[in-house]
Amino acid sequence: MRELFESTIERLLSDIATPEYVRAAEQNVWPADLWRALEENGITLAGAPEEVGGSEASWADLFVIVRAAGQHAAPVPLVEMLLGNWLLEQCGIGSRSGILTVATDSTLTCSAGALSGELRYVPWGRNAELVVTVVTSDEGYDVVLLEPAAAERIVEGVNVAGEPRDILHFSAALPLASVPLPAGLSPSVLLAGGAMLRSAQIAGALTAIMTLTSAYAGERKQFGRPISAFQAIQQQLAVLAEQTAAANIAAEAAFAQSDTALATFSIAAAKVSTSDAASQATSIGHSVHGAIGFTREYSLHLLTRRLWAWRSEFGSSTYWSKLLGEAVCNAGAEGFWPLITQSHNEQLPISE
Amino acid sequence: MSISQFKYSTIPDEAEALRQEVRAFLAEALKGYPAVKRAYSWMGFDAQFSRLLGSRGWLGMALPKQYGGGEASPFARYVIIEELLAAGAPVSAHWIADRQSAPLILRFGTEAQREKYLPPICRGESYFCIGMSEPNSGSDLASITSNAQKTEAGWLLNGQKVWTTNAQHSHYMIALVRTGDKEESGRHGGMSQFIIDLSLPGVTIRPIADLSGNEHFNEVFFDNVQLDNDALIGAEGNGWGQVTAELAFERSGPERFLSSIALIHTAIAAIGKQPDALQARDIGRITARLVTLRNMSLAVTQQLSEGQNPAWAASCVKDLGNVFEQDLPEILQLLVEDQPQVGGGSDHAQVLAYLTQMAPSFSLRGGTREILRGIIARGLGLR
Repeated sequence: MRELFESTIERLLSDIATPEYVRAAEQNVWPADLWRALEENGITLAGAPEEVGGSEASWADLFVIVRAAGQHAAPVPLVEMLLGNWLLEQCGIGSRSGILTVATDSTLTCSAGALSGELRYVPWGRNAELVVTVVTSDEGYDVVLLEPAAAERIVEGVNVAGEPRDILHFSAALPLASVPLPAGLSPSVLLAGGAMLRSAQIAGALTAIMTLTSAYAGERKQFGRPISAFQAIQQQLAVLAEQTAAANIAAEAAFAQSDTALATFSIAAAKVSTSDAASQATSIGHSVHGAIGFTREYSLHLLTRRLWAWRSEFGSSTYWSKLLGEAVCNAGAEGFWPLITQSHNEQLPISE
Repeated sequence: MSISQFKYSTIPDEAEALRQEVRAFLAEALKGYPAVKRAYSWMGFDAQFSRLLGSRGWLGMALPKQYGGGEASPFARYVIIEELLAAGAPVSAHWIADRQSAPLILRFGTEAQREKYLPPICRGESYFCIGMSEPNSGSDLASITSNAQKTEAGWLLNGQKVWTTNAQHSHYMIALVRTGDKEESGRHGGMSQFIIDLSLPGVTIRPIADLSGNEHFNEVFFDNVQLDNDALIGAEGNGWGQVTAELAFERSGPERFLSSIALIHTAIAAIGKQPDALQARDIGRITARLVTLRNMSLAVTQQLSEGQNPAWAASCVKDLGNVFEQDLPEILQLLVEDQPQVGGGSDHAQVLAYLTQMAPSFSLRGGTREILRGIIARGLGLR
């Protein structure tokens, strides 16, 4: 399934999500034909059950979709939809088609079944038909499915890459569905899931930067030679390759280990590794490209600006490092190494 | 070459099953073993301990049973060696023989050579060192001048090796020397590998004290050393290719990123269970880097187990790993207020003193940072 996903999404995004297309989407144009193509090829529902048109793919298989979305800077809430539907399945509401996003930053409160407050920084909140979030309820926590159309007001915003990140104000809005958060799921489940998604998108974008920067270094001539002939450039590209490799395997590990439950220890390690790699790689990519890479016209920034946004979203490197560090110190010196060798089975206590 | 070489791989259950056994063994065998000695990592020498490991079947694990091995998977060996390193066990005596020399002899040796050298390696009785660098040939390995001339009885060896780790404790050196004319055979031709019995007349070994006063490496002189015909390992003139084949074994293992793990242990012990924000962040970031490096190293192990030669990916692991193990003393000295001390002070102070001084060597031994990055760049098609 993984190979089929990979070839399908690679073809779709290469054909449709060209740099010009992504640039246009950054000007607040909803990429309807890209979304339709993703829907028609079963990508938006890849993780959903077969009876609703999905492929019941595991996170291990979905990894290649999420990475490709990052590699091509896909200007749609595809990965958010995969996560939202995953949670809807987990809690029994069931997957939805359409355009679905998720929200983690919330002031929503529930009163007599109606929701009031704000969902902030919602990816494509203005375009989405549905949004999934977790709210505090009298008994604990509820997973709720809301329509952005039911919002009293939407304040449009964008991240540093021009991707919609909107504020949705609700006033006594009735959710389409609301169920108690299942036992075994953390109220921060969407934060952990989002961190996992961003780690794979970062890995994808790094892979694209690696390809773009190597190719540029081979073409650009100075002092009568391609700049890739200079050791100073080669050494930088080697570090870029290492960071790209590290980010890819860190993200893949997090997805591969999240089949039964989100592997939050590995997700934390992945978000830290990929976010830190993003900082090094954007610096090298721009350094090797020189002034051309700093222009609006050249497409490097479509990737680097996303990395500057994604490394901070769903918890920065520091957020996840601190959680890891607290867990590690709590295990003590004797517990450190066993924690590393068992990291694929470890869960982190994530505060809200 | 591409980053797709780093495919997420897991340790198979039958290999993972060894972990508790080796952990229990180490808890007993290393009871009371001081932290500063654990910090020696794979520089800690203890022949008795090596023989003990041999008797348990944990040396030469991947070798065929007919030579004393266990025919275990590379992952089984991986579990054993990462547990040994994490515990800071004194593995130096057999380290190079087990990691590198035995696989080389198995691959390129004659049947007689295999039968002679491999069983004692598996028993933890026979120790090897690697003869590569020379006074005027460091990173530019192809410029070596030590040479072996064909004689009626075998070979006549002359020259000098330097920075040879553990030569003073080893029985044999596997050395790369010139056997042909450089002008005729090309830059990478005319070199061959020999197994040199270090007890032979004409071999002189002098330890070189490092900046901390320890003696790990040596200079080794060859003055008209008479070698038998069977000292040649592999094909005459194929030395460069053979050395290159070793590199994936030499550069991808956990010893390339675990050299400073003893300091993580002492730092966590010093910090306690309630880290402040700065300590939590830095310990967490170290943890993330270690988990990712281990995943990279396991991916290379998977390729080795499939019979591939992942030399490019191994270079990535070693370079990133060396940066990590060199960063640890730098990060951790800022995290705990306990200044480095030699021969006294807390465990953390002593381990910090030792590893701070050792750290510069991590990115020199086994291929420098610049050489590794050059190999990575070549793999990317840049040169």
